[in-house]
Amino acid sequence: MTTRIVELRRGILKKNDELAAALRERYSRAGALVLNLVSSPGTGKTAFLELTLRRLTQAGAKAAALVGDLETDNDARRLAASGAPVRQINTHGICHLDAEMIAKHLDDWASAENGVQLEALDYLFIENVGNLVCPSSYDLGEKIRVALLSVTEGEDKPLKYPTLFNSADAAAITKIDIAEPCGFDRELALHNLNEIRPGIRIFETSAKTGAGIDTWLEYLAEQRDTISRQ
Amino acid sequence: MHELSIVESVVDAVTETAARYPGAQVKSVKLRVGVLAAVVRESLEFCWELATVGTPLAGAALVVNSVPIVLHCAACGQDAEIDGVQSFRCPNCGELASDLRRGRELEIESIEIEEPETSSENALVHTQETK
Repeated sequence: MTTRIVELRRGILKKNDELAAALRERYSRAGALVLNLVSSPGTGKTAFLELTLRRLTQAGAKAAALVGDLETDNDARRLAASGAPVRQINTHGICHLDAEMIAKHLDDWASAENGVQLEALDYLFIENVGNLVCPSSYDLGEKIRVALLSVTEGEDKPLKYPTLFNSADAAAITKIDIAEPCGFDRELALHNLNEIRPGIRIFETSAKTGAGIDTWLEYLAEQRDTISRQ
Repeated sequence: MHELSIVESVVDAVTETAARYPGAQVKSVKLRVGVLAAVVRESLEFCWELATVGTPLAGAALVVNSVPIVLHCAACGQDAEIDGVQSFRCPNCGELASDLRRGRELEIESIEIEEPETSSENALVHTQETK
């Protein structure tokens, strides 16, 4: 018998990484800023996104969203109240979105009646499945990955889920209107975010009162400008 | 819990490679998994038997090599390995460091296969596959 060692040095998620690279190129050519929103279930991604979409649409920007959930189109219906076009992705049990799902839904959306063309968008938000573990492995070609945590979840969330928080470009703390009754230690939360992802941009927000949303929208506009200048 | 789909991707890739060596049997598969890869070794091992049964990889061993986190520190200019995942600070100078150089790897390093008798008896052959 001959024993042979075959060196592969091949990324296990190579297929996803290649598809994501193609998507990134496509977003860039279309001039759309694409963001991937990741958090636990219940953090308030949908409320945060609904307000974001509403404010952008009111300001005359073209914003749209793809929203991932295991089942139901409840979130798509909630987000559609913002006036922005929204498409639901049901993963039927899969705990994350991957690049193939995004590519397929973008194609289907573009060819649908009253569909959405990427080229017509300034912003595309992808609301990932509520999960702080698995989405960190799957690049969707996004320019900005946003990790969200609410004041009800505890200041140590970044320490508990470092793989996700370390991969994020920005963080949004949600529900700050109830920070006080929750005994939320703001300084500790900011410290923990910085320990896990040094220099991360942090937004302290409330979808209920609108606090922090202006700063968040300014950041989006700045990031969008860097794309259109490319 | 996405380890099953990770393992299925490994099985597909290894099956494809092994098909180039007719009659060969896959003895082991070696992975490199970074500390920040968001993949749990025990879950990979748990899924392995399940995902390999009925494939050319049935009975093959899974070897998972962990890759530590290496940060490049902008303050002192050095690359350094850190222990744990609770603080991304340079162990040399104590500054926060956001430039991750290693620790997110999720790759198939190599496979060990046993081929039927060839000219060289009991030979150990190394082969580099093109990517």
